Amino acid sequence: MRYLPHTKEDIESMLKVAGQESLDDLFNCIPDDLKITNSLDLPQSLSEWELNVHMEELASLNIACKSYKCFMGAGSYDHYIPAIIPYLISRSEFMTAYTPYQPEVSQGTLQGIYEFQTMVTELLGMDIATASHYDCGTALAEACLIALRQNSKANKIAVSALTHPSHRQIIHTYISPSGYEIVEIPYTKEGLTDVKALEAMDDIAGIAVQSPNFFGNIEDLSAFKAVADVKMILFITSFTEALAFGLLKNPGSFGADLVAGEGQSLGIAKSFGGPGLGLLAGTKKQMRNLPGRLIGKTKDANGADGFVLTLATREQHIRREKASSNICSNNGLNAMTAAVYLATVGKIGIREIARQNHDKAVYLKKSLEKAGFESVFETPFFNEFLMKAPAGFEQKRAALINDKCTFAGICLDKFYPELKHHYLFCATETISKKDIDQLAKEVQ
Amino acid sequence: MNQQPGTSGLIFNEPLLWDKSRDGRCAMSLPKSDVEREPLDENLTGDSPNLPQLSELDVVRHYTRLSQWNFGVDSGMYPLGSCTMKYNPKTNEVQAARQGFASAHPLSGDEFSQGALKLMYNLEQYLAEITGFEAVTLQPAAGAHGELAGMLMIHAYFAKNGKQRSKILIPDTAHGTNPASAALCGYESINIKSGKNGILEPSVVEAIMDEDTAGIMLTNPNTLGLFETDIKEIALIVHSKGGLVYGDGANMNAIMGIVKPGDIGIDVLHLNLHKTFSTPHGGGGPGSGPVAVGKTLEPFLPIPRIVKELDTYKLVTDFPDTMGRIHTFYGHFGIMVRAYAYILSMGAKGLTDASKLAVLNANYVKESLKGTLNLPYDLPCMHECVFNDEFQKEYHITTMDMAKRLLDFGFHPPTVYFPLVVDGAFMVEPTETESKEDIDQFIDAVKAIAREAAEDPEKLRKAPLLTKVTRLDEVAAARKPCLRG
Repeated sequence: MRYLPHTKEDIESMLKVAGQESLDDLFNCIPDDLKITNSLDLPQSLSEWELNVHMEELASLNIACKSYKCFMGAGSYDHYIPAIIPYLISRSEFMTAYTPYQPEVSQGTLQGIYEFQTMVTELLGMDIATASHYDCGTALAEACLIALRQNSKANKIAVSALTHPSHRQIIHTYISPSGYEIVEIPYTKEGLTDVKALEAMDDIAGIAVQSPNFFGNIEDLSAFKAVADVKMILFITSFTEALAFGLLKNPGSFGADLVAGEGQSLGIAKSFGGPGLGLLAGTKKQMRNLPGRLIGKTKDANGADGFVLTLATREQHIRREKASSNICSNNGLNAMTAAVYLATVGKIGIREIARQNHDKAVYLKKSLEKAGFESVFETPFFNEFLMKAPAGFEQKRAALINDKCTFAGICLDKFYPELKHHYLFCATETISKKDIDQLAKEVQ
Repeated sequence: MNQQPGTSGLIFNEPLLWDKSRDGRCAMSLPKSDVEREPLDENLTGDSPNLPQLSELDVVRHYTRLSQWNFGVDSGMYPLGSCTMKYNPKTNEVQAARQGFASAHPLSGDEFSQGALKLMYNLEQYLAEITGFEAVTLQPAAGAHGELAGMLMIHAYFAKNGKQRSKILIPDTAHGTNPASAALCGYESINIKSGKNGILEPSVVEAIMDEDTAGIMLTNPNTLGLFETDIKEIALIVHSKGGLVYGDGANMNAIMGIVKPGDIGIDVLHLNLHKTFSTPHGGGGPGSGPVAVGKTLEPFLPIPRIVKELDTYKLVTDFPDTMGRIHTFYGHFGIMVRAYAYILSMGAKGLTDASKLAVLNANYVKESLKGTLNLPYDLPCMHECVFNDEFQKEYHITTMDMAKRLLDFGFHPPTVYFPLVVDGAFMVEPTETESKEDIDQFIDAVKAIAREAAEDPEKLRKAPLLTKVTRLDEVAAARKPCLRG
């Protein structure tokens, strides 16, 4: 096996030093009745070229071929990834390093993530961003726990019904063992979270609203902040499309206390839903409540600038059961990927990409309307919107996937049973006018 | 003594991104828009975020220089105990990057995602076979996330059976994530002491296990690198009080093809694909923390689950007793592809050999260094061994000083000051992918450092001397946090 370097002579001489006769004797400390007697029942090992054939066979069973057109979002977005991003991120010094516990030989990761934290705070208009979480759903669940723990009177968190359905499920999973509950804020006929319904809710410890919401619509976050202020509770926002803030007002400008988001759009492949990138940011006031790693700037013994993991007293390896979270490994390399992406697109690029996403989505919506789809909301959106499909679309959609590798929207009835024949469409900068015209023709 | 790998060379300074920024630069060629501009209400739009403005070469040089300040497995031996820093095969990266995997949208629908679902189904089967359990979930995104999933299943089990319990037993050798995960489920951690030879004694468990205790969280092999020989008896005690046994599989690399945790009384076990199954650690993730369960806990697995019907694979959510969902989609699929490629490359014999050689390497280090460093538990070890700085105390040299000096020799230090039960712990896990020559160099380096401790202790206290920066002021960093530029 090419990963195992030991020669027969190595094994013999090392066994001698270890005072054992054979490799099996190394396991004499384990009682025999605990050991297995047969070898593992696994497939025959493959050479690298056999593996390539096998893996390509499996990969091609997924419909995601070279001419792939993706009109789907809902938490996973098709964006252009410049060549330098995978090139730089595959540098083995980044990829094969552990968590930067030895800062003297980890300054690359540390400065890179410090810059990531800084760029995320710029993107979101917040004071502090952590070094990453698993995905938006888990980051949002952690944010809800912060709000619940800070409030000694209420044990419920108000979550918009237009928060990603999976995220609401994750929040439930995370908070219910501690006796906390979710109350769902309904949505209006404009496809927005119902602020009036929220006002009437009592005994809540925090408010969580996604914007752009799951239907793609842009929420008026100032209205929710006002309610949070009246109730004197924390205001949490979330998002699944990080590039929206190349164009939209950021959550910090609305006074959010905590922001949870998905950073997959920032140079990370969709990869069947993971690994993505959980973003979590907060105000200065929340600094010591934030879970997860933080990188801080400091000096070395010679006075040179350097970076370290800091505020570790919040974390499980120091605080154990009293830690703010159990998170340990996070999505560090994807945070680094997002940093390289943000540095690549820069201030000018992110604006232009965001604009193109919005413009193409509007064009797609108009084209679908002409093709017989019904607009559901007349509310401003970023790059996703909901449409009611004409009869027979379901079959056309399947044929489009099989024949043209084109994925036309996501059916929402499994998430919102009241929305039969409603599809969530998305257009990004990877979709051309020609693609949209073609789609409109096919679905007519 | 062989020449050591550590040396000094030209290293580049590199400013922060925004210090390089010049208005008007952009490292991405933006496509011309082919549709009309569609204005958005001014109340909704904001200024473009103040990101740095750089050329493509600026970006490439920035991250190339940063990377050169890092140490990875590809740079040198990384004997970080309990972290299993083995070689990360490059073919795994090629496999995960295949268009059919990397471009697959998670909501494409089962019919159009058969390749991904088949891979995940097979990986679940392989992990179930390696660990000896009924079923596996791949959804947890990291080891600690797997622990949380496992504990949530235990929590759901007691809720279903009508009476929730309030406590959980956790030995003093456990990873910090264990009590933190249990706390998220509302369980109070009851710390129990391991016996004088580093192994947990059944009588200790018997004395404390009661019907208000949900069970025990055990790492086997434990973090001292010792196999918990009384595991079966301990499991029997816990089970007799209606409790469950949680296995922390972070150290599975020692026992593949030797012991199946599912056979020896453990009810639920998490694995770290980024340890045992060779996926890269990435400087802090993304990892993957699958959880394997026996029959008792199978109904409580997270949803969705992958079900095979004839030759097709489906994602199914209809499991009434499920603990729920813990990831937006299905977990870290890209990491699963890498682990799957690793298992297929190794085969049954390869995995078993890996464990045997990992244990051989650790025992070789233990025997070779035990006169140089103090070895608090001198027993045959599994995949790692734990020394401390007892012998160096007379020179006022600490584990930290020796760890930092190792950097100058070109080695990543071992895990230090963990496990907590060993004062000044120096925990070495060589892994099976290190050759005898590289391990011999490491042993020589530690011996040379031990000599320096006696002859030139000041040098150790100033170490590292060859790295880009030397010891950093962590106290100042925490006292006046500067978390953004």
